[in-house]
Amino acid sequence: MNFSYTRATTVGDAIQAVAGDPQARFIAGGTNLVDLMKYDVERPGRLVDITRLPLKAIEQTADGGLKIGALVPNSDLAYDARIERDYPLLASAILAGASAQLRNAATTGGNLLQRTRCYYFYDAGVPCNKREPGSGCPAKTGVNRIHAILGASDACIATHPSDMCVALAALGATVHVEGPDGARVIAFEDFHRLPGDTPEKDNTLAHGEMVTAVELPAPRFGQNHTYLKLRDRLSYAFALVSVAAAIELDGDVVSEARIALGGVAHKPWRVPEAEALLKGKLPSSGAFEEAADRLLKGAVGHGENDFKIELARRAVVRALSQAAAGTPQVQSNKIVN
Amino acid sequence: MSNVHPYVGRAHPRVDGALKVTGRAKYAAEFFADGMVYAAAVPSTIAKGRIVSIDLSTAKGAPGVIDILTHENRPELPDSDKPYLNDMVAVPGSPFRPLYNDRIFYSGQAIALVVADTHENARHAASLVTATYEAKRPTVDVAEARHEAYDTFEPRDGIPPPPPPRGDAEATFKGSDIKLSESYRVAPEHHNPMELMATTVVWEGDGALTIHTKTQGVNNPKMYICAVLGLDPDKVRVTSPFVGGAFGMALRPHYDLLLATMAALKHERSVRLVLTRGQMYTMGWRPDTLQTVSLSAQDDGTLTSIAHHAIQATSRYEDYQEPTVNWSGLLYACPNVTLKYELAKIDVSTPSDMRAPGAALGLYALEVAMDEMSYRLGMNPLELRLKNYAEKDQNDDKPFSSKELKAAYEKGAERFGWSNRSPEPRSMRDGKELVGLGMATGCWEAMMMPHSACATLSADGKLKVACGTADIGTGTYTILAQIAADAFDLDIEDVTTEVGDTDLPMAPPEGGSWGAASAGNAVRVACAELKKELLTLARGIDDSPLANASLDHVAFSNGRISLVSDGERSVSYADAIAASGGGEVKAEGSFAPDEEFAEKFAAFTHSAVFAEVRVDEQLGVVRVTHIVSAIAAGKILNLATARSQILGGVVMGMGMALHEETMWDKTLGRVVNANLGEYHMPAHADVQNIDVIFVEEDDKANPLGIKGLGEIGIVGAAAAIANAVFHATGKRVRELPITIDKLL
Amino acid sequence: MAQDARSASEPVAVTLSVNGETHSVEIPPSATLLDVLRERLHLTGSKKGCDQGQCGACTVLVDGRRVNSCLQLAVMNDGREITTIEGLGRPEELHPLQAAFVAHDAFQCGYCTPGQICSAVGMLDEGHAHGPEEIRELMSGNLCRCGAYTNIVEAIEEVRSAREAPTLKTPKLEAAE
Repeated sequence: MNFSYTRATTVGDAIQAVAGDPQARFIAGGTNLVDLMKYDVERPGRLVDITRLPLKAIEQTADGGLKIGALVPNSDLAYDARIERDYPLLASAILAGASAQLRNAATTGGNLLQRTRCYYFYDAGVPCNKREPGSGCPAKTGVNRIHAILGASDACIATHPSDMCVALAALGATVHVEGPDGARVIAFEDFHRLPGDTPEKDNTLAHGEMVTAVELPAPRFGQNHTYLKLRDRLSYAFALVSVAAAIELDGDVVSEARIALGGVAHKPWRVPEAEALLKGKLPSSGAFEEAADRLLKGAVGHGENDFKIELARRAVVRALSQAAAGTPQVQSNKIVN
Repeated sequence: MSNVHPYVGRAHPRVDGALKVTGRAKYAAEFFADGMVYAAAVPSTIAKGRIVSIDLSTAKGAPGVIDILTHENRPELPDSDKPYLNDMVAVPGSPFRPLYNDRIFYSGQAIALVVADTHENARHAASLVTATYEAKRPTVDVAEARHEAYDTFEPRDGIPPPPPPRGDAEATFKGSDIKLSESYRVAPEHHNPMELMATTVVWEGDGALTIHTKTQGVNNPKMYICAVLGLDPDKVRVTSPFVGGAFGMALRPHYDLLLATMAALKHERSVRLVLTRGQMYTMGWRPDTLQTVSLSAQDDGTLTSIAHHAIQATSRYEDYQEPTVNWSGLLYACPNVTLKYELAKIDVSTPSDMRAPGAALGLYALEVAMDEMSYRLGMNPLELRLKNYAEKDQNDDKPFSSKELKAAYEKGAERFGWSNRSPEPRSMRDGKELVGLGMATGCWEAMMMPHSACATLSADGKLKVACGTADIGTGTYTILAQIAADAFDLDIEDVTTEVGDTDLPMAPPEGGSWGAASAGNAVRVACAELKKELLTLARGIDDSPLANASLDHVAFSNGRISLVSDGERSVSYADAIAASGGGEVKAEGSFAPDEEFAEKFAAFTHSAVFAEVRVDEQLGVVRVTHIVSAIAAGKILNLATARSQILGGVVMGMGMALHEETMWDKTLGRVVNANLGEYHMPAHADVQNIDVIFVEEDDKANPLGIKGLGEIGIVGAAAAIANAVFHATGKRVRELPITIDKLL
Repeated sequence: MAQDARSASEPVAVTLSVNGETHSVEIPPSATLLDVLRERLHLTGSKKGCDQGQCGACTVLVDGRRVNSCLQLAVMNDGREITTIEGLGRPEELHPLQAAFVAHDAFQCGYCTPGQICSAVGMLDEGHAHGPEEIRELMSGNLCRCGAYTNIVEAIEEVRSAREAPTLKTPKLEAAE
């Protein structure tokens, strides 16, 4: 760790400082970046501290949604009264992740930019295409029980580790970004990317672009939703598989469904066709299984993580039943209802 | 204050509690010295081979760098193993010598030590050191090395080899209708105490050093470092007043000690070296072990044969050993027993004792096999244990010094509600969860070691007891104060304990559950010696009211030595001390185990562990909802700290059963989850309801009746949970940890 | 820009307010809050267990919120109010949670303990734990290898329920004295 430090006071200054220096990075909560720097996975020459920028508000939008400032801490977001009431799926997903201390420090924008927990990515002493493009991927034939079963490439089988993002994907959030060339809004499914031949790129941001806010559309799915996370201990562990499920019922019939998977791909995994399969159907395990199968179509294991395919299938079915019954998983309750 | 006596046997709060909860307790990396510099170790990136070259050019130019030591430029080190064998816990073989030469034995081996002005600069410069290697393909999986297993090693000191076969287990097994033979494996584990390995070497001038290091016994690192670096023992003091957990990993000196001391001597200044969490995986670990247990029985459950075979991993350079299979010849009455223990070498650092070494692994296998046999027989698992209850140690053909295991079974079963268990697997459920009840037995040897202590009473009525042992969280400070307070009928507030300093009387490392019995009895003897001195002084006072009194006829209480027959005739402690001509009187005492008793009796602690688990039928999520651990372990000195020892063992057993696994990449030979995020130990959410029951035993192995508690809590815990998972699901998982993927 | 860019590793001046005391230190930007507390201010009550935000032993309160001090760059905490275990109570005058930890034998080696206690102070002030189940979940960021979990939860629950009981009028726990 050897870098210069700059504290930005305006968004414009911050962007300028980073855009003009290929070695520069923004830092906010630092919960992932500082860790990666200590282990020489990230070696920025300059850090631009954006924590004192005015991006900490949660504001109502014109169409009834919420615009969440990029610097709103994860815990503040999860316990915000509007989020708890109108977007309980998001609150639940945030509380399923990390620890209370990390949620206090980590920010909304930073959560989107978390890097994979792939063992090999984290170890600067071994090859990794994501860390050092072209060096190889030992995970494919190595210890890969936590790795991707969907959307992986020859170059990389890492997963995105966020819980919050899985809920944001299901809720159809958008990401507000500012950069040297101005501002833009990115649909959530276009924000993270699949590894392909360039696994070093986790997302579609250009260098110098800063996430300024995450926008939620007008509230939906307030009644029938759940965030179900399965992991190697009952708390404080990354997901083997997680499911954000949300449905709307018209009478007894599903009128809209959203399913996003975490822990299985380089980005939160959504398949609109799988969601569409549920439309107009009565909630039933048969319908849920059909949707799960569609969602997991094309899933492949790499040996140790083969189990994730079946685990994900069962988790989707369970999550959809929880959502349909209106009995979302409470994160402090370890009985999966 | 005599109304609070005896302190021994009560749940007295830890005497060092206030220091620990306020952050005032000082651990090895928390001592400071003027001009202290910081060191950082550079790990190898290969697991096997040799270093071709190390490039220090960039690192040397980094800010604040003072020196970088490698095998090529280091100060002189001995060229034989002999000095390195000055380690009370050494194992047979050639001890690892840090920075000795270009050979790499395991991934992450320190290849260089950076010394810099600050921690940040040392860490940064360490990241700039690069090396080229001649790498060979490593083997890190004991299963791949099993064909090279051997039993021709030199036995490790203090570890009994498996007893010779008795009867004919093989023939009996062949001729039996009711039998099973299964293989079991427990994933390799690391101790992962919360405190990192650390050494702070304080340069006191003129070659004198005070070394603060994380250790389970200060005398061991002192002996080692003096021998290896040729230091005058009179000029080296080692302290370790507080130890942030160790569980066996700090029994032997590790490379932080040698590297930090070498740097301090070279630069004649104080040096701090704190290893990283990742580097905690470059030393001792609970070895990967392949086990096979074969059992045969009669219809009524009587065991007719037991065969237990273990192949355990060790390093290329040492033959680390544990008592893994011996328990199978001890725990149950059985006429035909064959036990076999072998080692296999892989490219890892040498394993080391980890909480109940051998027993935690061997009894997991035996106790799961017993559970399997109970289903084979259609017999209640507890009944099967009682049917084969051993009334004597059959390995050594000796009676037990005490054994209240039957009472532990009974009380444990009652508290747990074992009678509510329906016999069939997969027959109990609650909502979407399958419910399972399982049990297992635990056993550990009650050991003692020669130990010294001193006791000092001062005229103001304060008593100090001291010895060179360690309190690694076990409660040593507190139990020694309790014993001493009782000896002199003092308020415990007036007693202080000192441990963890080579200036104090000689003690062995604290481990193997021998600490309380050894240190406790040494303090008892020191207090008895002090009483003798005081009485001699009291008798010598002019016109002493105790002129002819013998020790048998006086009592020490209320600050006075009094005749038992006539309390009016007494001398105050203060007057007796004054007669010495000084302000305090000090006495030393030593304790050694009773060899004659040990010849006649076998001393063991036992446990009966009951576990309730709930397993989501579809998702495989396991919750441990209740554990009862009923312990028969002699006299309990402090119900609070004793209970905590058992709780800790049980929680570590839960980790073994469900969570913990050190994972090596087989090609790279490297631990991939060398951190606390991906090496999962139980967290708060995993642990709910643990009951501890102590069944007291009147044991005569030592005058205080202590048998020790550090290990027994973990033994049997993993098996009880694994057996409960089988009862819940009907699925027998024979490889720990039982993670979700194994239950789908 | 409030502060000029510095060349790499050049020390920066930072003012930290720790347990009510102001400390001015010159530190490299890479220094973490944990390392500054321990190595420069000699406040070693905050422990280094992993240095990766994976164990919670380094938990301190920053502006009243519990965070992992090992993942905080000290320079970014310029001007913030930091409370460490040393600021909660002294051996002769323990904070209620410190006293409860001693009474319940809620530790063994003591190394995770300051982090557990600071975390519990932060958790009770957050107000989302209403019983043992929630305490367990919200304390899961604090690992304890000695396995004192059940005693820790009992200690915290005792203080929590006393604080919530209206008749007892227990004062709100203050992060600093």
